[in-house]
Amino acid sequence: MFDRLYVMLMKEFLELKRDRWAMFRLIVPMIIQMLVFGYAATFTVYHVKTAILDLDHSQASRSLISHFVATSHFDVVDVATTQSAITRDIDHDEAVIAIVIHAGFNQDLENGRSAPLQVIVDGTNSNTALIALGYISQIVTQFSASQVSTLPFRGKPSISLQGISLQYQPWFNEGLNDRWFFIPGVIGTLTLMQVVSLTAFAIVREREVGTLEQIMVSPIRPYEFILGKTIPFFLIGLGDIALVVAFGILWFHIPFVGNPWIMLLGASLFLLAALGMGLLLSTFSQTQQQAFALNFFFVNPFFILSGFAFPIAAMPKLLQWFTVINPLRYFLVVIRAVFLKGVGLAVLWPDMLALTLLALVMLTISVLRFRKSLD
Amino acid sequence: MATGEVMAGKSDNTNVDVKSTDAAPVTVRAHGLSKSFGALKAVNNIELTITAGEIFGLVGPDGAGKTTIMRMLAGVLSPDAGNIEVDGVDVIADPEQAKLHLSYMPQRFGLYEDLTVAENIFFYGELFSVSRADRLARSQELLKAAGLADFQKRLAGQLSGGMKQKLGLICALIHTPRVLLLDEPTTGVDPVSRREFWGILYNLRESGVTIILSTAYMDEAERCSRLALLHAGEIRYCDTPARLKATMPGVLLAIISANPRALREALTGQTGILGVLLMGDRVHVRVDDPAQRIPEIRASLANHHVDITLIEQVVPGIEDVFVALLDTEKVT
Ligand SMILES: Nc1ncnc2c1ncn2[C@@H]1O[C@H](COP(=O)(O)OP(=O)(O)O)[C@@H](O)[C@H]1O
Ligand SMILES: [Mg+2]
Repeated sequence: MFDRLYVMLMKEFLELKRDRWAMFRLIVPMIIQMLVFGYAATFTVYHVKTAILDLDHSQASRSLISHFVATSHFDVVDVATTQSAITRDIDHDEAVIAIVIHAGFNQDLENGRSAPLQVIVDGTNSNTALIALGYISQIVTQFSASQVSTLPFRGKPSISLQGISLQYQPWFNEGLNDRWFFIPGVIGTLTLMQVVSLTAFAIVREREVGTLEQIMVSPIRPYEFILGKTIPFFLIGLGDIALVVAFGILWFHIPFVGNPWIMLLGASLFLLAALGMGLLLSTFSQTQQQAFALNFFFVNPFFILSGFAFPIAAMPKLLQWFTVINPLRYFLVVIRAVFLKGVGLAVLWPDMLALTLLALVMLTISVLRFRKSLD
Repeated sequence: MATGEVMAGKSDNTNVDVKSTDAAPVTVRAHGLSKSFGALKAVNNIELTITAGEIFGLVGPDGAGKTTIMRMLAGVLSPDAGNIEVDGVDVIADPEQAKLHLSYMPQRFGLYEDLTVAENIFFYGELFSVSRADRLARSQELLKAAGLADFQKRLAGQLSGGMKQKLGLICALIHTPRVLLLDEPTTGVDPVSRREFWGILYNLRESGVTIILSTAYMDEAERCSRLALLHAGEIRYCDTPARLKATMPGVLLAIISANPRALREALTGQTGILGVLLMGDRVHVRVDDPAQRIPEIRASLANHHVDITLIEQVVPGIEDVFVALLDTEKVT
């Protein structure tokens, strides 16, 4: 059997070598998408136009305003003195956010009472508004922390304030941090798309050109053919992951604090599942064109329902159930954890187990279907 | 043709006792073979008995079931009913063993277009575990016969249609099969390549290989040792080309006219005319009694103002026979 597998692999790599564009197609789209995602797909918001209505005119209110002026997330466009001025700013799109400091703000703080702060947001762009709200609460937390020794803010005990501010710190305080969150996700997503489509296309092409029927009348066994077709893409997938990981570390300076072997294990399991998906897809297509169309409909849901950008916990129950069979979901957990948290198998074993099961199930189903499709 | 086993000396496992030429052994036997696709009976209760050294032709219109029969004989499609024996191997029970004895070249042979001629041959040779010495000897010989010896470094994708088809044949023959199944191997192939292709087939027959081929070309059908005329999944007639011609009812006349369509119009339905067939610039007319009918035809055509330049009795081609036999069936 090894002779036939060997010659099959030799043929695959020879074809790949002959294909002048292969290297280009394998690498360039990955790098470009990395760059696009790395720079464009960011939750960080800068220069939110902000109006502030200060009705307190106190030491504390001016100090709070200076916190807003100091950060590049907000551009304070107007420090108003009347409510109507604020309303006009929002209506005329001059400000997206208005902060109202009520009279008595200073007084409340000094008396240890909760000091209410009113925030008006233009909800037309809910995403920006939510993100900005997040920043506001950080700034306020910081502000209150700076006053905390003598002045408890919002009536919360100082300990919990300290706790909150510590929790926020690594995620949001530095503007690059959501890129840290995105790039590992991009790596998993791009690899999935690449490997599924490459595998499906390569097999469908043999069907379309007629070589599949031809070699099925030779003594080659279906599993030899499948191995011959998938091993190269397994290696290519690993190479792809290594490439983009290196790119993320060197170009975007994403920290890689975890164990590379854990990453390799997760990546291998994930790739096996992806190969199974590609093989499965190939059994539904007679031509490369069909495979192309299918690939689009097939891979997109896996991408959207992976937790890549949209939190799984916020999805309807039905879609949450779907994410259970989505290998990308688990791989994203693994890759983000290895990159950013450096945790090991003690924490990641459920995800690794899920990936193993998915890889087994996907490969079994697709191999069975593939064998049937040969008739 | 010096086949692989002469050079091999060692890897002589699959073809031990095939050199008997006098009493040619039966190499392909199909019994009660049927296959349906849904409600469509693509192949219906076929019987085939083919001996070593035959070139057996399957002829029939598109959709007659030629490809389906080939695929079942090759063991890639399982029949609904019936059994198949190829070179002593039960194809249905042991398709893997049968693969070593036969070679099947589908209607469109799958070549790897990014690989060279030599690499394609190497690949198929390795799949069949042909030893290196065997492969080199056999491929040199086949490449020479196919006129491809100078193109070994050329990518398969850059070959002409005829060359691709010949390369396909070489790949199919690299493991020295005892039975060769060719599905319309020369469709769309230029005449020179076709001649070389047939040269290889004749050589193979000399060495005792059984060849089964389907063809749409009637001149190729005439070169077969026996023909099966297929229609709607059934074999209607099966015999040598000469005997099939003899069974054709009536006598064939060829008429040349500037207006063959009008000629056909004029003659169709006339008494004594058994069939009218357009053959390019001429018309083949089948009659019961030429001595009586030729004058009648001349008179009738004069009546219809159809000018003719020639009318003569000709030997029927296989296409005439085929159409005539199927026509006769329809009437009865
Ligand atoms: N896989 C298939 N599924 C459904 N119908 C098929 C299939 N293969 C062949 N047929 C049908 O069976 C009949 C015989 O086809 P085929 O053997 O290819 O004929 P031929 O080779 O003589 O042109 C045709 O009507 C064809 O449409
Ligand atoms: Mg056919």
